[in-house]
Amino acid sequence: MYALADCNNFYASCERVFEPHLARKPVVVLSNNDGCIIARSQEAKDIGFKMGDPIFKCRDLVKQHNVIVRSSNFSLYGDMSRRVMQTIRLFSPDVEIYSIDEAFIKLDGLIDRNFEDEMRRMRAAVLQWTGIPISIGIGKTKTLAKLANHYAKKTPEIGGVAQIPKNANEMLRAVEVGAIWGIGRQWSKKFRNIGVHTAFDLVQMEPAVIKKTFNIVAMKTVMELRGCTYYRLEQTPEQRKTLLRSRSFASPVTTWQEVSEAIASHATRAAEKLRNEELVASVLKVFFHTSLFNHRKPRHSAHATIELIPPTSTTHTIIKAALAAAYPIWKEGFEYKRAGVYLLELSKGQPQASLFESPEEKIRDKNIMSVLDAVNTNMGAGTLHFAATGFTKVMQMRQLQRSPRYTTHWDELPQVMS
Amino acid sequence: MVEELRLPLIGSRVEAGFPSPADDFIERSLDLNEQLVANPIATFFVRASGHSMDGAGIHDGDLLVVDRSLTPMSGNIVIAVVDGGLTVKRLSKHGMKASLMPEPSNADEGTYKPIEITIETDATIWGVVTWSMHRLTCTH
Repeated sequence: MYALADCNNFYASCERVFEPHLARKPVVVLSNNDGCIIARSQEAKDIGFKMGDPIFKCRDLVKQHNVIVRSSNFSLYGDMSRRVMQTIRLFSPDVEIYSIDEAFIKLDGLIDRNFEDEMRRMRAAVLQWTGIPISIGIGKTKTLAKLANHYAKKTPEIGGVAQIPKNANEMLRAVEVGAIWGIGRQWSKKFRNIGVHTAFDLVQMEPAVIKKTFNIVAMKTVMELRGCTYYRLEQTPEQRKTLLRSRSFASPVTTWQEVSEAIASHATRAAEKLRNEELVASVLKVFFHTSLFNHRKPRHSAHATIELIPPTSTTHTIIKAALAAAYPIWKEGFEYKRAGVYLLELSKGQPQASLFESPEEKIRDKNIMSVLDAVNTNMGAGTLHFAATGFTKVMQMRQLQRSPRYTTHWDELPQVMS
Repeated sequence: MVEELRLPLIGSRVEAGFPSPADDFIERSLDLNEQLVANPIATFFVRASGHSMDGAGIHDGDLLVVDRSLTPMSGNIVIAVVDGGLTVKRLSKHGMKASLMPEPSNADEGTYKPIEITIETDATIWGVVTWSMHRLTCTH
């Protein structure tokens, strides 16, 4: 048996824990740089805000409904997520953290206990300890747990926890095909065209036919809906294969100085992440382009790829490679909106010995990087940085409406009236 | 010209001289978290602002440790949500009635009114205050 615990409107809920006056008000949270809507409270969903809507297109709606607009506060969301996940782990040791606000839980270890009662206790504990409301679905497979979770969310009167009953037909009929885990938009359209509208309709289909008409992944989904386990708990996260660091500029930039500083900043952060996960990269791609929305101004998009020999995680090597790749493709006369660095073919562990690098250099780089990381961890990100990343700070995020980092910064603690 | 002298980096410290007589008694240093934070998952820090709790030893600017996993009992100092804001008061329960009691210094007696927890006031308990930390030196 599996359970899926999913935080309700997680980012908005985090904001509400420390600002209770936001309860029952429509809240939307914006992406880095305050570009698009990435999270909505239930009230904001009901008004009709969609994920990914650029906020500048929603101004009227925001004004009309007194919508609370917040910049993203990932320091807060990350800390609250950690608390939720740790509380969940107290109820079962077998937990797969599926995303910042979702976790699969294997229930088979909880012998002789009523799963639904236990999950209700877990839900109450998470709510009391962290202030975050969660919904929980219980089923024989991960796909069924996900489906029950969807049902629990759509049916608030059952109190946030739903288990797939012995006779599941009613619940399967209540969930439309597009809401099933693993069925994307394209497929749900295709399914509806052949008369499959709900999970119940889907379960009636012959797996062999599904495999032929769609593919093996769709067949597995159907088998999981029938209660055959195809997907198990993944507790050791798969090693990442690529790493992207990019962000749009707060306002358009036009000079090589600014773009190169942005690229160097992204290269720096990407290298930090690599070292943090003890990985090295073999290929680097660098890119920059003009706005995707503004069609009136001249548009330009450029990218270049360079091989890193030997594979590395050293900040200055990656900055150098990124700038060397970007300079030949630089073009004046455009208003650039975004730049980024993409590292590919990542692998574990020690950089290999190479003809191009002496052992002394390798040790030197390693020592420099450990000093750099130690200083930046203890004294704040960016305390020590390479001059190439610049001092003009074009890369500072635009976050005009970010709430305080209530749980991770001493000078931003919640104030209580005494 | 002087050649640069390179020394190997040695991991462990070379011992020299007399060993400290305390070496055999080395334990670990004390971590204040062990005293102040019983349940880290549910513990939050907040900052007090105002004078309604001076009499309870909570002063303006004090750092409060709040444990959300404790069940609020009558007599506990709690963080409550009142009118959408967070406030710190002493919880007092009498039968079916619950109130949030201010506890000012004698000089401020009568300045702050108790808040009754009823359906109308829409007050809820956010967490139980377990410690108050009051700075005794100037901040600058």
